[in-house]
Amino acid sequence: MTGMKKERKPHIPRVLRDPYLLAGAFMTLTALLAVLVGLFWTPYSTTAMDAAERFHAPSWRHLFGTDNFGRDIFSRVMKGAGTTIFISSLVVLFSASLGIVTGAVTGYFGGVVDEIVMRFIDAVNGFPSILLALVMISILNSGRHNLILALGIVFTPSFARIVRSEFIRFRDADYISRARLMGVGKLRILFVHILPNVFSTFWVSVMIGFNNGILAESGMSFLGIGVKPPDASLGNMLSDAQGYLMKAPWYALFTGLSIVWIVLGFSLLSEGIRRNAGEVSDER
Amino acid sequence: MKKRLSVYFMVTLLVMTALCGCAGGTGESSEDKSSVVVGVQQDIDSLDPHKATAAGTKEILFNIFEGLVKPDANGNLMNAVASDYTISEDGLVYTFTLRDGVKFHNGDDVTAEDVKYSLERVAGILDGTALVSTLSAAGGGITSVDILDEKTVQVTVGSANTELIYSFTAAIIPAGSGEDMEAQPVGTGPFSFVSYKPQEGIVVKKNEDYWQEGLPYLDEVTFKIMSNPDTALLDLQGGSIDIYPYLTDSQAEELQDDFRILAAPSNVVQALFLNNTDELLSDVRVRQAICYALDKDALNEFVFGGNAAVISSAMLPTLQTFYVEKNDVYGTGANIQKAKELLRDAGYPDGIDLEIKVPSNYEVHMQTAEVAAEQLKAAGINAQITPVEWETWLNDVYNGRQYQATISGITCDQTPGYLLNRFQSDSSKNFINYTNPAYDETYALAAASLDLTEKAGYYKQLQSLLVEDAGTAFLTVPPITVAIKPELEGYTFYPVYVQDMSVVRYSSSAD
Repeated sequence: MTGMKKERKPHIPRVLRDPYLLAGAFMTLTALLAVLVGLFWTPYSTTAMDAAERFHAPSWRHLFGTDNFGRDIFSRVMKGAGTTIFISSLVVLFSASLGIVTGAVTGYFGGVVDEIVMRFIDAVNGFPSILLALVMISILNSGRHNLILALGIVFTPSFARIVRSEFIRFRDADYISRARLMGVGKLRILFVHILPNVFSTFWVSVMIGFNNGILAESGMSFLGIGVKPPDASLGNMLSDAQGYLMKAPWYALFTGLSIVWIVLGFSLLSEGIRRNAGEVSDER
Repeated sequence: MKKRLSVYFMVTLLVMTALCGCAGGTGESSEDKSSVVVGVQQDIDSLDPHKATAAGTKEILFNIFEGLVKPDANGNLMNAVASDYTISEDGLVYTFTLRDGVKFHNGDDVTAEDVKYSLERVAGILDGTALVSTLSAAGGGITSVDILDEKTVQVTVGSANTELIYSFTAAIIPAGSGEDMEAQPVGTGPFSFVSYKPQEGIVVKKNEDYWQEGLPYLDEVTFKIMSNPDTALLDLQGGSIDIYPYLTDSQAEELQDDFRILAAPSNVVQALFLNNTDELLSDVRVRQAICYALDKDALNEFVFGGNAAVISSAMLPTLQTFYVEKNDVYGTGANIQKAKELLRDAGYPDGIDLEIKVPSNYEVHMQTAEVAAEQLKAAGINAQITPVEWETWLNDVYNGRQYQATISGITCDQTPGYLLNRFQSDSSKNFINYTNPAYDETYALAAASLDLTEKAGYYKQLQSLLVEDAGTAFLTVPPITVAIKPELEGYTFYPVYVQDMSVVRYSSSAD
């Protein structure tokens, strides 16, 4: 393990030359920057309405134009992207944590618990995830917290599966058997000895999960069961924009492009990281 | 030679393209001439015409069912199943003469028995539950229905009421068929029922035996449920619906190149309804603060392009005799200072939280909610919008009365009293839980009054009471804006909430 760190150094220049990584980092950083700034400051108020400013086309004054209530779309995208990213992050945090625990326990111990939990996960996987989330929302009622909960549960199986298969791979490894012989506690084996090795594989699925979270949140809010107006989220903005496709095409265009920007940026970034991390581990 | 050949070639090409163009043109216009798809905003709540309560259901059932009389486009009543009627001097006995040759959709003639059954059913004489409250036997409505002869029915009512005749628009259905209505509705209207699929729509076809000569024009009408207004817009543009009557101002603007856009004042009173028994809203000062905080003029501009009428009480300005303007009480602009003062007096110096439930299928209400929430914020009223499905709204808000505030509309039928009737303390339709003994007394006086001027005076008093108590924050009477395919004509606006498809026709087939 200590040798690995030394080997990484000569790779740094090559990492920086990777176009995926560079483009991804650039897109993600600009998006994050806009969102972070949006937390404290936006060019215009995101909720104040002005009849005189309705449907202004993009200009230097309103970078993305204005919507049907005369609100600045750029400001709302900044806020909305923040909401979307925030929700997606919490969804991933929730589902990844739950996934690690279930995956670790089922993968390491196997047996009846494994059978039961995995069959249950199969059942959850049997439904399209958006549909399942829809059903849960209709039981829990719409709203931000319930959306996070519903998507979190729906996303858990994919994480659990990956973690489980990794744990199965490692549970019979020599160093684990030795640790067991030395009388190391089960919890310690699970989370100190195995988990760090699982991380490189797991990281990739977290990134994919984050992107899926953004798309899922947008989709749910688009359907009107996620973030409620007047709060902005990229999904409900896109849904509003749909009514003005001809009259104010910039509304849908820039909102849609923002989703693409975030998702594409993050995909490129995670792909870049994966490829470079792969190189490192290949040469190990 | 070569040159001539190329000329021939060119000419042939030209002729071919021209022919192709022709063929394409005629092919398109000749198919399915006489069917029309109408987009409606909500699923229907019942196919039984006596049990349906939603205005959105009644607007469809208008095409299938008729009463002894039915509303016409000018706000008057016309004879339908009855060809004539007389009302006795004291207003207690109604004598209806049935029209010859009126048939139900199942082919049977309409008999006096059917009329008796239908009226007794709605009055609750059959099983004790009145289905039309104004005709309720217990509430001064029908006490007995007597068949004088084959074509004459005499109805005796408990108390005189000049507006009662409007209630005889209640549908006439075959005797004993009440239980079958949900599955196979049979009426006498211009269209007969074909099929109904929940969440999808309802299909009706031409009633060949309809008593009005020449009507209806169309062979088939589909009412397609479009609970998402944005989808409706796309469907209009894509051509899968032909008529859509609930456009917002900006939608209308978007469609005006490809569609005929018609607009008229609706009979809907749109309001931010406040639940008077809610802990917070039971304080009149809080309700008044909300009324003061709202900027109805701006709202009108944002949502209706300035085409709505701004109101402050439950009456349509178009019903001039009965309407009293009360807009000066809370103003039509925002009075934030006054609103804050009232909130402070009521013990909420830091403002309040308010949950507004909105039926999400109504784009105008959703947009209104968004504007209203923003306006209320300025006065320290932190309004949160909860979009709900239409069924949920009906169950929880309208019937269950489990809500704080809601933005929606109530419709007026032809009787001016209809809008005021529901705010009596014990009315089943009083979903805002408004209680004021003075209101109940005045309403009773108004109902009993046989003199029009006197009646109008009482109605004006009732409106004033509603405004002073801030029973609810009345907003606007929205315009009704309809998009119609240019080749369709005859669409007629009614002062009541109906979609009369019997008069709609394709312009080229009118020859």
